[in-house]
Amino acid sequence: MTETNIPWYKTKPKYHESIIQWFLFICAAVSVFVTLGIIFILGKESLLFFREVSIIEFLTSTKWQPLIEEFGVLPLLNSTLTTSFIAMAVAAPLGLFVAIYLSEYASERVRNILKPILEILAGIPTVVYGYFALTFMTPLLRLIFGQNTVDIYNTASAGLVMGILILPLVTSITEDALKAVPYSLREASYGLGATKLEASLTVVVPAAFSGIAAAFILGLSRAIGETMIVALAAGAGPNFTFNPFEAAETLTGYIVRISGGDISYNTVDYNSIFALGLLLFFITLTLNIISRKLVKRFQEVYD
Amino acid sequence: MSNFNDNIKKRYTVSNLWNIIFTFATIVAVFMLFLLLMNIINGAFGYVAIQNTIEPTEIISSGNLDELDESQLIEILESNLSKGLIRRYNFENPLIDRSKTEIMSLVFERIIEPRVVKSWNLKESILGRNAIIEYTGREYPNAHLQFRSWLNPQFLIGSQASVPELAGIRTAILGSMMIILLTIAFAFPIGVGAAIYLKEYATDNKFTRFIQVNIYNLSGVPSIIYGLLGLAVFVRGMEPFTSGAMFGYGDPSTANGRTILAAGMTLALLILPIIIINAQEALRAVPQTMRHAGYGIGATKWQTIWSHVLPHSMDRIMTGTILAVSRAIGETAPIVVIGASTFISVDPSNIFSKFTTLPIQIYQWTSRPQPEFRNVAAAAILVLLVMLLTMNGFAIFTRNKISKNRRSN
Repeated sequence: MTETNIPWYKTKPKYHESIIQWFLFICAAVSVFVTLGIIFILGKESLLFFREVSIIEFLTSTKWQPLIEEFGVLPLLNSTLTTSFIAMAVAAPLGLFVAIYLSEYASERVRNILKPILEILAGIPTVVYGYFALTFMTPLLRLIFGQNTVDIYNTASAGLVMGILILPLVTSITEDALKAVPYSLREASYGLGATKLEASLTVVVPAAFSGIAAAFILGLSRAIGETMIVALAAGAGPNFTFNPFEAAETLTGYIVRISGGDISYNTVDYNSIFALGLLLFFITLTLNIISRKLVKRFQEVYD
Repeated sequence: MSNFNDNIKKRYTVSNLWNIIFTFATIVAVFMLFLLLMNIINGAFGYVAIQNTIEPTEIISSGNLDELDESQLIEILESNLSKGLIRRYNFENPLIDRSKTEIMSLVFERIIEPRVVKSWNLKESILGRNAIIEYTGREYPNAHLQFRSWLNPQFLIGSQASVPELAGIRTAILGSMMIILLTIAFAFPIGVGAAIYLKEYATDNKFTRFIQVNIYNLSGVPSIIYGLLGLAVFVRGMEPFTSGAMFGYGDPSTANGRTILAAGMTLALLILPIIIINAQEALRAVPQTMRHAGYGIGATKWQTIWSHVLPHSMDRIMTGTILAVSRAIGETAPIVVIGASTFISVDPSNIFSKFTTLPIQIYQWTSRPQPEFRNVAAAAILVLLVMLLTMNGFAIFTRNKISKNRRSN
């Protein structure tokens, strides 16, 4: 074969094209390394921690007092769940109602005003919500229920404000789910003589159920990982209590308080925050995966 | 039949009732935003009772310092302040050479030392003015009342201080800005590069799908976990690099990885998934015809991307990036884990400096027991919110403009 037979466009090998492609591929792979990094770091430090502390004690003891070597995660986990469920008690109904209003009732003009407002609410840093909880919600609760019942730091206040924080998230995903329900379903129910409410509640909401569930689960996951509100308003010091008016430190609150105090490396204290981080990571990851699966399901049905 | 009509009436009543409930829920949500903003404004302004540590009347019987001349004022300074402090002032600029106003302000700051002994919020200041005046007269007979905006020029340019009325946020703003610039420098190229790979190059195989799922999951990881990652990898693992000891900054023996560089890299990892997701959306919005046009004139894949796809989607990519960056600015938890600095009054000079940021300051001031620091925190929140709203507003405005332009085309 002579050289002239090679087509003209093959004469110039384009090395830089493949170099660029490799570079872009590495960029995409960075995200995988981040995940591996998180798992490796949390796993490694947790292993060191569980060499000192038995995993059974960690999961069952109701005392977290590092000073006397008591490492039971239950008090921290309990207050994390308390604040998160209070938050969901606010955000789930309110978010669902607002989403129904936006998707079924509101006119285009009203929606164009309301959606940016919700976006602003979503863009406010969490530390500002923490300030709000401490300077507004807590005094309000103390005014309503009495100074003696409600501590200065309490999980109820943190949870309520957290509900406002995750409200925009829950609303926007729920609204997307409701919007994805084909209009023909609504028309069919109107055709049967349903009122607007009946069409919304008996047809649209059940049809969008998996999407709504996904929104709630994602909201719960966000609430569990939320840090600054609980660090400011829920109080310092682990406390195993089911009373939302008492101070009780959450998983995230404990991590931020301990790491904020310039701890020294290779101590049980240092390792313990990674063990708590691992627990937190697993909980939120599981919830996110479930939520993702649910979202996929409603997308598959109607796309 | 009448039963049926009654039933219809009832159904419509219920329907209307729920309509009101849905509307009410929406109003509540909007009202929360209003309440939040009002609460902050409420804290940032209001009356303060100011009491002098040493009354001017103790220095001069008439109480009017203007009557004194310069040498007398210097004498007062020398007799009231420690020798070391006087020596330092003389070293900076000899007291005798200074103007009278300068000396006067020194006397004011150092000897008379007006301090806020009690502060009130805006609501109390407007509604209970008389009660405040009466209370101050009773509790602090020597104090005088003054309406104070905690957000003032001195607050913006002042450095950290241990007393609330002198505290400023210059150091924090500088720290925030340097960290954000680093964050953008790391996250933007990598994020956009990853998005280009995933949307333009990658074929739909198992590995690509794995990366996509992985990015989605990363975007849901709590920010404090990124703080732990940064603490273990950037602060501790890469200490010689992040502390700058590798490049001859600082003393290697006191090397500390808790620097702006470490914080910038951590936040970059935090917003990376968001940037990738947004940039992918932007690339998806580029019509396929654009790419065909590029290939049609004989461009290679990268040439097509560089000259057709990227320019067409850049505005959307920027909008998504601004939204991601504005999240990084307000992020507190990972920075507290990384930074762990308690009191920093020195401006950051380079990326290997220790730092404080605006959200950290807000966190620390809010968690102090003295109520005056809450006022300072409120003022700092106002600054932070103005910064964020400007950025978000700009991004949302651009987005709306884009979608309008595209529609009219």
